[in-house]
Amino acid sequence: MAEITLEKVVKKYGAVNVVHGIDLTIAHEEFVVLVGPSGCGKSTTLRMIAGLEDISGGIVRIGERVVNDLPPRKRNISMVFQNYALYPHMNVRENLGFGLKIAGEAPDSITKRVDEAADILGLTPLLDRTPAELSGGQRQRVAMGRAIVRRPEVFLFDEPLSNLDAKLRGQMRAEIKKLHQKVRTTVVYVTHDQVEAMTLADRIVVMKDGRIEQVGTPMEVFNHPRSTFVATFIGSPPMNLLPATIDGGAVRLADGTVVPVPERLRAFTRDGQKVTLGIRPDDISPVGHGLSQDGPGAEVGMVAELAEPLGMESLIYTRLAGQEVLAKLYGPRIVQPGEALIFRMALDRAHLFDAETGLSVRAD
Amino acid sequence: MPFWRRESATPFLLLTPAMLTMAFVVVFPLVFSMYTSFTGFRLTKPASLYDWVGFRNYARILSDPEFWIPFGRTVLFLTVVLNVEFLLGLGIALLINRITWGQRTLRTIMMFPMMFSPILVGFMFKFLFNDNIGIVNNALQSLGLSDGAIPWLVDGKLAFFSIAIAEVWMSTSVFAILLLAGLFAMPRDPLEAAKVDGCNAWQTFRHITLPFLMPFAYIAMAIRSLDVARAYDIVTVMTDGGPAGRTEILWTLIGRVGYDNSRMGMANAMAYVSTILSILFTWYFYRKLVAARRYMGGAQ
Repeated sequence: MAEITLEKVVKKYGAVNVVHGIDLTIAHEEFVVLVGPSGCGKSTTLRMIAGLEDISGGIVRIGERVVNDLPPRKRNISMVFQNYALYPHMNVRENLGFGLKIAGEAPDSITKRVDEAADILGLTPLLDRTPAELSGGQRQRVAMGRAIVRRPEVFLFDEPLSNLDAKLRGQMRAEIKKLHQKVRTTVVYVTHDQVEAMTLADRIVVMKDGRIEQVGTPMEVFNHPRSTFVATFIGSPPMNLLPATIDGGAVRLADGTVVPVPERLRAFTRDGQKVTLGIRPDDISPVGHGLSQDGPGAEVGMVAELAEPLGMESLIYTRLAGQEVLAKLYGPRIVQPGEALIFRMALDRAHLFDAETGLSVRAD
Repeated sequence: MPFWRRESATPFLLLTPAMLTMAFVVVFPLVFSMYTSFTGFRLTKPASLYDWVGFRNYARILSDPEFWIPFGRTVLFLTVVLNVEFLLGLGIALLINRITWGQRTLRTIMMFPMMFSPILVGFMFKFLFNDNIGIVNNALQSLGLSDGAIPWLVDGKLAFFSIAIAEVWMSTSVFAILLLAGLFAMPRDPLEAAKVDGCNAWQTFRHITLPFLMPFAYIAMAIRSLDVARAYDIVTVMTDGGPAGRTEILWTLIGRVGYDNSRMGMANAMAYVSTILSILFTWYFYRKLVAARRYMGGAQ
């Protein structure tokens, strides 16, 4: 059983606090993605779990063991690094088998396990090459092979795909997902790419400034962002945020436009409250060109300033209450700049955040 | 039109001064020395310059222990000195690499021995190792580690050892500096990967750091092998090849034959044979370097 528990984990560099006491429990065989902008402490947290970074405070457990003072080699983990970190002077076979060799495994057992791992990752024809002779994607695969060949209790991934081009990144993402289904192991995966987080994770941990902002399944985090930060970080293009005031059961935007308060949020608002209305581009569409036509909504007239056709849909840049707003048009229709359209906001999918704290009004 | 005014002649005309300089400074001495090695040329008898003897000089050298023993001693000296310098330089580089404060100052201080002329280093060690007034014997006796004067420069084996120490003192920093540069250039990721892969500190060093540093060591070895193979000044000052020829190495021998005995033809033949030694060493380290660089291309 390789459950990972972090209790009030702190990381300080001198007087600078980079991780401010985070609590997190990662279940056995769970795939957890730590996501956040650069400098949010996600990599540091991962490196503390790996043992590559000292823990300044709190407790890290892997399984039942407190690992705070154990060196990495005693934690039964393996790690895939952003720059692959292959051993340049060894060929692929030696790279894969190195950990086993150090562990004192018998040569024929090493050969067998390396062959197995190479087979899973399609590395068999490359076994005699050195890293210098491999492409980026192949090196990435070798790095992963090196991790799985040791059959650790925990896999740690530190932005493993960020050095690959977009197409390869997509492929490797799918391979990592498949790999996890094949080799059920606890995985902690760090990325700044919200698409990777959404597609890979059983649970997403959104981090900001050394604190955990929200933990939840991808759909929870997407559908119920706890704060404006999570709302804009998860989902692409990001959610539109419009400052507003609650006024007589309605949301009044800065320019006086009034839309009803979403039904499910009514209980959490009070008159006069300063709020931020959050609504994703997918939920603002020209009437008749939206995702959902029924359910509560509000119609607003806006002028398209710019349209980016993406094939089956177009991204429309428009303006509401003096602020740029992104909307989406579904269906193959060309929008001309300057074209005035009636947009429908799907209010059942809108969010309200407290203007001062930035937290969702229904904050739990 | 005369040929030198043709456009096609311009490059050759422009290159002529450089070519002439090269011819006078390099080609002519080379050809001339090569020629003399086939004559019985003696400095004291200019007429002997035309005394063509064919391969006689070479034939004599190849069958003469007077030549082969210093030759072997030079190879031994090279091997000992390069290995000791490599080990010490590696140790120093690893230690300095761990220092966070005052690293620049130490790096500079470390290079001081290289700034002295080898002749001065020779004199310094000659006095350090002097059996009557040298500080080494003085210290050993004061500490009660030895009750008699140790004849550092008089006993054949000890003299060889003393010269090696002087050479190592002077040039270990060549290795230290190049290996330190290697450590600075070393990517951190493979080291961390090795830690996660289960290596302790020694295994990390043995399997990751050392292979990464070897190209740098080969560069240092190529430079130093040329340097040591032509060692002359330190030896001449400290022992002058003595006692009884026990520290005679190639170039002290060649110098003696050529200038003291005036047998320049013979000396040049010896020099050509010795050059082959230097070329072999350099070629060997260069091959190692090229091989190492090929895989180090994949460090990132």
